[in-house]
Amino acid sequence: MSPQDDRPASPATDGDAPLSRREAKEAARQDEVRRENAAETAGGELPPPAVPPTATGLGGGTSPESTLLQRIMTGNALVAFLSVVLSLVLGGLLIAITDEDVARASSYFFSRPQDTLAAAWTAASSAYIALFQGSVFNFQGETFARMIYPLTQTLTVATPLICAGLGVALAFRAGLFNIGAQGQILIGATFAGWVGFTLHLPAGIHLLLVILAGMVGGAIWAGIVGLLKARTGAHEVILTIMFNYIAVNLVLYFLSTPAFQRPGSTNPISPQLDATALYPPLLGAGFRLHWGFVVAVLATFFVAWLLNRSTVGFELRAIGANSSAARTAGINVSKGYILAMAIAGALAGLAGVAQVSGTEKVLTSGVAASFGFDAITVALLGRSTPWGTFAAGILFGAFRAGGVTMQASTGTSIDIVLVVQSLIVLFIAAPPLVRALFRLPAPGASRAGKGGSTTRTPASTGAAA
Amino acid sequence: MKLELIGITKRFGSLVANDSIDLVVEPGQVHSLLGENGAGKSTLMNVLYGLYDPTEGEILVDDKPVTFKGPGDAMAAGIGMVHQHFMLVPVFTVAENVALGNEATKAGGMLDLQKTRTRIRQISDQYGFDVDPDAVVEDLPVGVQQRVEIIKALVRDAEVLILDEPTAVLTPKETDELLGIMGQLKADGKSIVFISHKLREVKAVSDVITVIRRGKVVGTADPDASTTELASLMVGRSVSLTLDKKPATPGEVTFRVRDLTVQAANGQRVVDGLSFEVAQGEILAIAGVQGNGQTELTEAIMGLQDHVTGSITLGGEELLGRSVKDVIRAGVGFVPEDRSVDGLVGTFSVADNLVLNRYDDDPFARGLSMSPAVIEKNAEEKIAEYDIRTQSASAAAGTLSGGNQQKVVMAREFSRPLELFIASQPTRGVDVGSIEFLHRRIVAERDGGTPVIIVSTELDEVLELADRIAVLYRGRLMGIVPGTASRDVLGLMMAGMAGDEALAQVHDVQGGNL
Repeated sequence: MSPQDDRPASPATDGDAPLSRREAKEAARQDEVRRENAAETAGGELPPPAVPPTATGLGGGTSPESTLLQRIMTGNALVAFLSVVLSLVLGGLLIAITDEDVARASSYFFSRPQDTLAAAWTAASSAYIALFQGSVFNFQGETFARMIYPLTQTLTVATPLICAGLGVALAFRAGLFNIGAQGQILIGATFAGWVGFTLHLPAGIHLLLVILAGMVGGAIWAGIVGLLKARTGAHEVILTIMFNYIAVNLVLYFLSTPAFQRPGSTNPISPQLDATALYPPLLGAGFRLHWGFVVAVLATFFVAWLLNRSTVGFELRAIGANSSAARTAGINVSKGYILAMAIAGALAGLAGVAQVSGTEKVLTSGVAASFGFDAITVALLGRSTPWGTFAAGILFGAFRAGGVTMQASTGTSIDIVLVVQSLIVLFIAAPPLVRALFRLPAPGASRAGKGGSTTRTPASTGAAA
Repeated sequence: MKLELIGITKRFGSLVANDSIDLVVEPGQVHSLLGENGAGKSTLMNVLYGLYDPTEGEILVDDKPVTFKGPGDAMAAGIGMVHQHFMLVPVFTVAENVALGNEATKAGGMLDLQKTRTRIRQISDQYGFDVDPDAVVEDLPVGVQQRVEIIKALVRDAEVLILDEPTAVLTPKETDELLGIMGQLKADGKSIVFISHKLREVKAVSDVITVIRRGKVVGTADPDASTTELASLMVGRSVSLTLDKKPATPGEVTFRVRDLTVQAANGQRVVDGLSFEVAQGEILAIAGVQGNGQTELTEAIMGLQDHVTGSITLGGEELLGRSVKDVIRAGVGFVPEDRSVDGLVGTFSVADNLVLNRYDDDPFARGLSMSPAVIEKNAEEKIAEYDIRTQSASAAAGTLSGGNQQKVVMAREFSRPLELFIASQPTRGVDVGSIEFLHRRIVAERDGGTPVIIVSTELDEVLELADRIAVLYRGRLMGIVPGTASRDVLGLMMAGMAGDEALAQVHDVQGGNL
């Protein structure tokens, strides 16, 4: 008969494919939300000392915008800078409010308000001056070496932050939200440490082997995550969080075995690394700064080249920016995931080496401190660019190094530094807030076209003109 | 209801999307807005629907000025909108969807769908919509889903209906039905604002045509105006709508597909036993309503699909089972149907996108190190050759207009020697001016002796380009007919009739009429 009878059935198929396509996009969006939620969970569940509140900040919005995370991770440099300024101001307020002198002066605020304000100013400024003295330059130092000692401390702390931050940044550029730097640092440190105290080799070769072992350890640990994601589609956020737990407990277990435990000790601590396995001091024995920092600088150069100038970086960036276009262009997305994670792990492994053969010189389960989590913040503040991460790493190194001095000399708790760090992340995650506060114009005000799938409506007219 | 827009200007930063546009929609009138993609039609309608605040200008309803704070206000004022992408909850029934946001309740806040059902039946009968209020939306054909959208507007007593590119997703037959419905609504005193860039439909249904170009009204046209006139008005220069195409001179058959079957994740055969071949120097167009296996077919050829059986050979070599990269290296050029998703990396520069699948080939890379200077130079050449309108080679590809994005994809694919060229929806969302250019390039590639496969859901495009036309329906080949086949034949085949049957039937009808 006539095909009209067939009608209702015929276009039924019309609906199918567009729907499934739409579903795919919907799924991608949900994926993003899930990713954010996962980050939030990370903040809630992990043990407090290991987790700075920063991870919570990452979960910030619940906007369904699929590019939210992408926008946050590669945001505007000005916003990043202003976030730091704003956080310091708020931190100062917090210091003032919690100060005892201020509290005393405020009891007679209405008769002499200037006392309260003066006390507040003194409290905040002296804390920040102490922070500066503890992290950059000590005016009271007797010798020049004592004066610049704080700066070298900052760089020492910054070294693992930069290395691990680079790893997080690189993975993110490939579209992978790598929460697992903590575990990768630990495993890297374990590999490096074992080579350092078990093998006894000549100077030079020993250190090289230690560095190599650390990188391999981190690369394997992260590479497994990449492999699982590529093969099974498991989500890297969940995987890396779980791998962090496994790493901590694995190291604890290793430290109870004869191969790792210090002879004659019942504590979970390894023997001291051989002197040949240690990074030599960079500025002489009076400073803790070691050659690991130079390695971090080299790593930054390498990552900058890799991301921006190499075919591998091109592939990784293409996968991160649009994996389906990358796939269509013949790029092996699965391989890309594995590679990106492995390189990220190797960089985190370098951070482990910096710890175990630079500052700590022994392997403990606390060797990674919370560097792996701070690294996420560092990469975030550095907008996932190599040199941005480098700068952010030094800033956070300064916070950490200076916080100690601040606590010692003014009694301001070092936790205030954590608060400031967290506020930075909070502001970076909410660019509209920062823009509103500083009355900056919103970028892409025209970003409202037909739903964004094609180009914006007005722009096309402009470009076609 | 009389609707008037006076001096509507909408700026986004420095961009003027609408520039003092005046528009009057009389009651009982179909008013078409004709314009290229990005001309500002949708922006204007979003202003009218309360989604954007106009920068300047005012809206009058029955000569009284109104301001809409959101779609709610616009709906209350009697304006209804059917978006290009439907705003329906797939798992809800028709009645639930229609009630959504406007739910009638019984005592105690209980949902009262009965009222809505009655209203739907009433409207459905009045206009012959044939919509069951209890059907689940995701089970309905696209054409019926669209009618649900129209019902949603009518239930809210819309006097003015805005239809944004409503025919983009419909079969030719569904399109005709929609045009019929528009006629009935008009007869009932409703006004319709019809947004489209398809000249044939606009001509068929409009009372008044307003042409918008670059945010400005450039004139009104009579529905009797010729398509060429309308097109010229739209683009701003004379365009030739008919392609100057020499007859094909098919050479050796180098591309063969045998018993190709693609299974979806749910086990359904989305491509079902396809066999066809394409000779050098000919264009095979694959027609069909969207979602009948075209996407899967092209992706299977490219190696982007899993669960593919059968055989695909190019120049005697089997392509099936090879990686995407190998297929590209074998000389297959591919323009994917959704360029912003599969064709381009929006945040990458135009230059990088122009080498997206050749970034690691000499001379763009030496070993692991890429050569930005060479990539830049390549970009400058392609931008000049393809007249890609971009601020610079380093501008992000996502900032380009649809037509220029497509030129980037085409330029990339044509920049290496091809053994086979496949383009899916080569001109979707592309302005008329660029369509002409892209079509010429495709024909030039054919004349250069490359087998070409064009997948398109637009019959106009299929008829214009094809030397032979294959019609897909539910993943099966309904037949391959010559490029000169009539619209009627293709329409029947797209609805699931075998090619020879369709030919016979159309022949009979014509014979009968004579």
